This record gives sequence, structure tokens and C-alpha cells, in this order.
Amino acid sequence: MSEKKNLIEGATGAWEIVLGLEVHAQVMSQAKLFSSAPTKFGAEQNVQVSLVDAAMPGMLPVINEECVRQAVRTGLGIKSQINLRSVFDRKNYFYPDLPQGYQISQFKYPIVGEGEIEIDLADGSVKRVGVERLHLEQDAGKSIHDQHPSLSFVDLNRSGVALMEIVSKPDMRSSEEAQAYVKKLRAILRYLGTCDGNMEEGSMRADVNVSVRRPGAPLGTRCEIKNVNSIRFIGQAIEYEARRQIDILEDGGEIVQETRLFDPRAGETRSMRSKEEAHDYRYFPDPDLLPLVLSQEMVDALAADLPELPDDKRARFVREYGLSPYDAGVLVSEKTSADFFEEVASGRDAKLAANWVTGDFFGALNKAGRVIETSPVSAKQLGELIGLISDDTISGRIAKDVFEIMFETGDDPAKIVEVKGLRQVTDLGAIERVIDEVIAANPDKVAEVKEKPKLIGWFVGQVMKASGGKANPQSVNELLSKKLEL
Amino acid sequence: MTDLTKLTIADARKGLAAGSFTAVELTQAHVTAAEAASKLNTYVTLTPEKALAMAKASDEKLSNGTAGPLEGIPLGIKDLFCTEGVRTTACSKILDEFTPPYESTVTSQLWRDGAVMIGKLNNDEFAMGSSNETSRFGPVINPWKASGDDTALVPGGSSGGSSAAVAAHLALGATATDTGGSIRQPAAFTGTVGLKPTYGRCSRWGIVAFASSLDQAGPITRSVRDAAIMLGSMAGHDAKDTTSVDIPVPDYEAALTGDIRGLKVGIPKEYRVDGMPAEIEKLWSDGISWLKSAGAKIVDVSLPHTKYALPAYYIVAPAEASSNLARYDGVRYGLRVPGKDITDMYEKTRAAGFGDEVRRRILIGTYVLSAGYYDAYYIKAQKIRTLIAQDFAEAYKKVDVLLTPTAPSPAFAVGAKTDDPLSMYLNDVFTVPVNLAGLPGISVPAGLSAEGLPLGLQLIGRTFDEETMLRAASVLEEAAGFTAEPSTWWRA
Amino acid sequence: MSVDENTVRHIARLARIAVTEEELAPLAKEVSSILDWVEQLGEVNTGHVAPMTSVVEMEMKMREDIVTHEDLQDQVTRNAPVSEDGFFTVPKVVE
Ligand SMILES: [Mg+2]
Ligand SMILES: [Zn+2]
Repeated sequence: MSEKKNLIEGATGAWEIVLGLEVHAQVMSQAKLFSSAPTKFGAEQNVQVSLVDAAMPGMLPVINEECVRQAVRTGLGIKSQINLRSVFDRKNYFYPDLPQGYQISQFKYPIVGEGEIEIDLADGSVKRVGVERLHLEQDAGKSIHDQHPSLSFVDLNRSGVALMEIVSKPDMRSSEEAQAYVKKLRAILRYLGTCDGNMEEGSMRADVNVSVRRPGAPLGTRCEIKNVNSIRFIGQAIEYEARRQIDILEDGGEIVQETRLFDPRAGETRSMRSKEEAHDYRYFPDPDLLPLVLSQEMVDALAADLPELPDDKRARFVREYGLSPYDAGVLVSEKTSADFFEEVASGRDAKLAANWVTGDFFGALNKAGRVIETSPVSAKQLGELIGLISDDTISGRIAKDVFEIMFETGDDPAKIVEVKGLRQVTDLGAIERVIDEVIAANPDKVAEVKEKPKLIGWFVGQVMKASGGKANPQSVNELLSKKLEL
Repeated sequence: MTDLTKLTIADARKGLAAGSFTAVELTQAHVTAAEAASKLNTYVTLTPEKALAMAKASDEKLSNGTAGPLEGIPLGIKDLFCTEGVRTTACSKILDEFTPPYESTVTSQLWRDGAVMIGKLNNDEFAMGSSNETSRFGPVINPWKASGDDTALVPGGSSGGSSAAVAAHLALGATATDTGGSIRQPAAFTGTVGLKPTYGRCSRWGIVAFASSLDQAGPITRSVRDAAIMLGSMAGHDAKDTTSVDIPVPDYEAALTGDIRGLKVGIPKEYRVDGMPAEIEKLWSDGISWLKSAGAKIVDVSLPHTKYALPAYYIVAPAEASSNLARYDGVRYGLRVPGKDITDMYEKTRAAGFGDEVRRRILIGTYVLSAGYYDAYYIKAQKIRTLIAQDFAEAYKKVDVLLTPTAPSPAFAVGAKTDDPLSMYLNDVFTVPVNLAGLPGISVPAGLSAEGLPLGLQLIGRTFDEETMLRAASVLEEAAGFTAEPSTWWRA
Repeated sequence: MSVDENTVRHIARLARIAVTEEELAPLAKEVSSILDWVEQLGEVNTGHVAPMTSVVEMEMKMREDIVTHEDLQDQVTRNAPVSEDGFFTVPKVVE
């Protein structure tokens, strides 16, 4: 796929955007990375804080095995190298929500090394984005600045929660690619159950590194946009920042390497002066923790019971159900929709099921502003509806009406068909009677149809109308041709 | 009744078991002695009510046959150990009136075994010092004085409160910590026994951290047997400290067989530093001949990188300390000095809260970790550490223990070295290599200097072989027959 | 002198310890004398030596993913110099 479409035309010629992402994903675990305080979201201030999290004198970190497993699972899920020996370092800096005065992170020897993620683009193409590393680290607490005129309030509930920082290579060239990368990464994390991916709750946030250059030129100076917390904002932040940098360069200016903040309200990025004060994190191995050593057996065991991931699932949907790669892609983009589809399709016409799920079903959800978890129609019910179509109990047209009622009432399709008497009429005698009436009532048309056989469509329409749409269209056609001697 | 403060832990244990006296009587005797010894400035917090309550409980247990191995034994606790509900300050202004809602693992094990807490003992601020002169509560005064000279002397440091309290019979024993010699050097300065266990033998959980890869808790007592008894209670694996080792705690007392026939004792030639006082030389060769005549084989060994231990230590320890002390920021506990903004608050709080030596080490530690210097200083020092550990490993292929002096001099005058950090640091020249290699070491009182001050000899053991080290130490103790006592000039 | 007054000012800032202008010179002298003294480590060839990582050879144990926890808010905030309904408070931090 050519990168051509990604070039931005500036006043002085074309520019290329270069993007790298650092995603912070909160590890799904009961307890924190180095303490046994809970990780649940939304507790009262400083309630989920252990003596270790509050950095009381003499407190020591003890690593949570599950967080390590989750990091390894994730590493395997993004096809990365697992490092059997990794080291925890201290990143030293002062901030009110950093009780220890340092963050325990992994600097020189991360638990996961290089890998790659395949992202799916709108034009149906697939692109490989390199992963530089994944490391484990502690989250910080929360400083609340708007509660008091002269004070900031500090809540340490998040302090010490396990994060995975997943660092991509600077392989992305457009906001679309960056968004596709985050979508795909989030899907993988959710499939693995290693992070819930809820960006609005902050359990997944991205630092976006943006630079621009002339096509083929060496990398330009980058700016890091911190903690962007929605996929839409990632797109907006990149578009704004790239344009800002191009304008500066085209006016003969220079880009200052700095940390910036995206302001969703203004839709622009701003320099974070507070973070600009000369940083020197003085990383060194945490002497309270020995090197983290994993056995190949442990890694193999985790690899063995890894769930099916989006790419494999899509391939299987194409292979097993004969779906188009596009439909398959739409269905696997979220684990919930893939699972929903498989339940609908089980033992039924899979193509028909895929059309219904991606068509009427998703359409209705969007219109109602609902998601699968809150859908009034269950996979079981939608499956039954497709069953009724396949065994000719109802026609596809009637099915659409039935579905509408299902979505409003949540009733089972069979029940609706019975109560509303929507069964398709297949009794030829009954159909014949209707046909005879129609023929009798329209002698002129009967004459016409001899010259214009196409007119039979009109007759079919009349018969269907008279039968309230319930007559089996096929039988109607056959009988009509017979009776009209066509 | 005999003066109960004159007893060793071992004798007190017998007496309590025999019912010759009660835990309350034993405790009261020490509380009274401690209250009358304010001139020594050993205790920074006395807890008589708590002590007597604990003693009363011990008498219960002693009478109903559920007594623990340390039942009713009054101990002093270095103020570096967090004690639940009892102010813990590391003798720094920055901790202000901090009162832990938790108990350190080591002290909780002592209480589990029946020991009684008399109070919290003075130490150098954050255990940074070799003379106990950097404490926020002022210097501890050594109960010993040079003959015919009234000059106040230092008790060594950083566990100066512990060594002085035990030497002055203000407790039967005391907890201490050793990062570069802070148990052994004060023991040598006060005629007491100081044992620094193998790194990982005692849990560090709940002990205010100085340098995490070097800190280790241990006892200061008046006999090798008492040290063995206390270590038995202080040692053990702790799931809350990842660096504590998960191996069973042996019966250290049982190791004191008195038989060292065939034991190979190494004499590291690099410890014969130039300018070593003749009396220290003499003491060392005395020690050698005592062990020889007890049947040990004396072997000359070489520890080539010894002279680099101190400089390496003064990179590693400050580096770790600069990070460990970052949590003292005036936000969650301890001292807080208001400021116009957050940075101003931090800077004022930490400037007011840390003393000169602590500030000096934080600055050095910050510098050696900072961009562009990390490899040249910190990594270099950690490589030297590897070499020093290898030196010892080589030596232990040939010998079972090493014998050296504990300190290059006897106790010196208060104020003598305070303006000269480097000369102060040199006190630890014989003890620091042991911490860098994580080995166990013990200081045994072995003689008196010309001016009548205690001198100590150090035995260094193999990793987790405190038993052999203790066995040799008890023989050394026996042979030295050190019985001298300071005059009780401090009594009110 | 390996460390000058500006360096002391910088590291004191990194360490968040206020030092007065008058203290800078003596501190620079002190710190330098110690750093000059440790320079002797340069004599040792450590080309192929690995830096020490763990003091005694042992594997790091891991903890099970279990929450052992009752509400510690009081214990955690009890020693705070200032706090407001369960929050720690600091001079306003401007982002
Ligand atoms: Mg980042
Ligand atoms: Zn991070």
C-alpha cells in the first residue's frame, strides 16, 4: 500500500507525519502491582491505599504474580519477545501523587521486547506496526486541583495499580493509522482479558509522539502529547499537532522537543510548562526487588491457553462461515460482537446470520444508542428469527417486521409470528383461490399479459397484497404462470 | 537481691525460669537504671508503662508454662525500627512525631517470643554516621572514659544508643542495624558484642530504610551467647520482604560448642592498613594466637580489592539513600514547612528536616545517579562490589571464617571528627566490605587500649553460616576474658 | 573541584532541598572532596565485570493476586501534617 495518500500538502510542498504511541494499559488484577490493596474503580478517597502504597517508612514492595502473567499474556498476544529476565528500576521525581518519590518501572530490561500488531485500515488494507517494548510499572495517585482555591487534594487509590506501558515503533503515518492501532491494541487486550480498555475510566491512555518531515527525509523533532484518553481525541490531537508543526516549519521556524497536552474543548494541543523543568529521573535498579526471572515452562503454559485473537478469529470466520473478509473484520473488531455472531450463527445459515447481525441488528442498536450488552434482542432470539426464515415459516420481508417488534418488546420471534398470524401461506389451494379472484377481477390485464409477459409482476403484487404478504412468493409465481398460460 | 541489670540474657532467662525473680522486677530494675542515665542520652523515648505491662504478661506466661524463648527479657529498640503506637523518628526532625500504625517484623518477632520493650534508642539520623553525633536528639555519650580523662567519648554509630545502653546495663540487649558497620563498630567502642547477620537473614520490613541493599538488623548484647539467643528470634523469612531468605533458622545457641579444632581462620593481609595503631596490631595478633591455641588453623588470605570498598560504599549507600529518603516530603506524615507552592514546600520541609550529614549524602547520591554520571559512579561501584564479593568467595575456598580488627581505633572524643567527613568515614574501613558482600560479621570485645578503652575483634563468616562464626566468636570471647566495666559516673 | 556551585544548586533542586547562596560554596567543597576521593575507583579495571544485582543469590518470590485489605484510610492519613476529609492536601499544583 503506498503511503502517498498520507502526505499532507503544505504551502511549500508535501509533508509526512511520523507517529509513535506509548499506551498505558491498566492490568486487570484483583490487587495492586506491589501491594495487596484492591484495584476497583471509583472507591472513596484513600480507602484502597495500603501502607506500602502510601510509602510509609520501612514498607517494601512484593510483586503480584498475576500482574506478571498478564504482562506475559499481552506480550504473547502482540507477538512479542518475552524476556525471561527483567529488572525493576526506580524513576525518581517529586510529585504529590507519587508517595515514594519514585515510580517503580522497568527501564533497561523490560519484561517484553519487540513485536508487532496488524492494523486494519478503512480501505481494507492491513498494515504492520512494530512494537518496541512492553514494561510493567506502578500507576500514580490522583491530584484534584478544582476542589479548593489554594490547595490540591491527593487521593492515592490508584497509587500502585499495575500498568503495562506498550511502546510502538514510529511506524504510523496518519491519524487514521494511529486510531486503528489503538482500536486493534484495545481489541487484543480485551480478547486476552489483560485490560478492560475503558478509556473514559482512564484504564487505557495514550501518549502520542508526533513529528513531521519531508517525504524520505530523516525524522523531525517530535513532541509528545500526554494522556490522550479517547480514540477520537487521538485523531484530533494528531491533526492539530501535525498542522501546527508544519506551519512552524514552513514559516522557517524550528520545533522544540516538548511535552504537550491536548485540550478537547479547544481542540488544540498546549505546551505543558510545568513538566518542562529539566528532568533527570536518575533511574537505577530498585534495591528492594530482585531481578524478575521467569521460567520458559511458565511462558509456554501461558502461551498454550491463550484465547483466539482477532486476526485468527477473522480468518476462521472467513474459512468456516464463508463470510467476506470485510464482514468478518467488522464482527471480530469487538470480542462481544464476535461472540454474539457465533451464537446467532451456530447451526444456522452463517452468511444470513452475518448479514442480520451487521445489518439490521447493529443498525437498530445504533439507532437506539445501545450496545450488545444492553440489547433487547438476545443472540438466541435473533438465531431463532433466522431459523424461521430458513425453514420458510416467514419470508425475509416479514422477518424485518418481526425483528422490529422483537427489538421493541423483547418477545421471542415464534411468539410474535403466532400472535400476529404472520406464518407464510404455503397451502396451494388457498393461494389458488386468491389468484382466481385477482384474475376474475382484472380481465383487461389478463388480455394485456399475453403481449407483455412482464406484467406478471403486477399480478404477483396483487396476490401478495391480497394475502397480507403471507403467501409464499415462489408458489404464487408458479401458479400464476400456469393459470395465465404463460 | 543481686543487681538484676548485671545479668546476661542467658542468666536472666534461668533466673526467671527458676522464679528467683519476676519479669516485673527485672524490667523495673532496667527502667530505673535507664531513667537514672539521662546523661548518656541513650533512650530517646522511654516506655515504662508498656514495659511493665509486657513484663506482667510475661510473668503470667512464665507461671503457666507458656513462656517464649525471650520471655520477660527487657530490651532497648533502635529508633529505626517502627513500633506500633510508639513514636518512631530515625532520630530525624523530618519524621517529627511520626507514630507508626504498624510493627516491624523483627520487633514483632521479639515480642512474639516474650521480650519486653524498655524504650526507643538513639542513633545517627537515618543511621548515617559512625559516632551517633548526627541525631536530632543530640549525641549519645559513651559510658566508657579514658583513664584519668573526663572527656566525653562517642559510643560509635550509627547504633550508638544501642551499644551505650547495653554497655551501661540499661537493657539486657538491644536491636541495632548495620549498613556499613553500624552494629559492629559501636560494639567495639563500648566493649559489647555486635552481630550483623547475612543480608537477607532478618526481614527489613518496618525498619526505616537507609540503603536497601546494605541494611541488615542485628543484636547488640554483652555476650556471644546472648547475641545467638537474640538472633534466633530476630531472624527468619518474611513474605513482606522479597530480599529475606526462605531457609530455616538454626538453633544458634546450639552452635556454641566451644570446639574449633581444625577450623580454618583466614587473616586478610590487606586489613593491615598503614597507620594502624600498634595496640590494634597487638590485639589482632593476640586474637590469632588465642584461636590457634584453641586448635584452629591460621591461613593467610588476600582480599585484593579491600581498599576500594569504602569509596564504592560511599557511592552505593548515598545513591540508594537519596531515593529511599525521597518519601519524606511533608505530605503524608512527618514534618511540613509551608511554602508558597508545592516545590517551595518540599524544599523548605526537607531543608529543615534533614541534618547536615543526611543532606550531604542525599546530594552525593543524587549527583552519582544523575544523567551522565550514573555509569561512571554507580555502575562502577556496583562492579567493584562484585569484585569484593569475589575476593571473599575466593578466600572462603580456603578458610571458614576471617579474623580482623573491628575498627582502626578506640572510641574518640565527641566532636573530634565532625568537621571532617572523610576521617569519620574511615572508621568503617574494616566493616564496610562485609556489607558490600552481604556477609555476616560479629564484633567481640577483646581487650583494652593503652588508655583503658575497649577494643574489638571482628569475625566474618560465610553467607548464612552465622553458626560457624558464632562458634569461633564464643571461643574468642572465652580466650579474651574481657570483664572490664565502665565506672557508673553517669548515675543520677 | 569536581563539583561547582551551579552543580550543587542543580542537584539540590533535583533533591528538593533548599540551600542558601552562602551554603553553596562550602557544600561544593565538601561534596567535591568526597567525589575526588572516590575517583580512586578509576584505578580498577572493571571492563568485564558485571555490576552486582542481588546481594545474595536467590530467586524473587511472587505474591498471589489476593486482596488482604480493610479500609486503611484512617491509618494512612492519621500521621498527615494536614488533611481534609480523607484527602492529603498540598499547595495548589498548577498544570
Ligand atoms: Mg510516556
Ligand atoms: Zn509509563
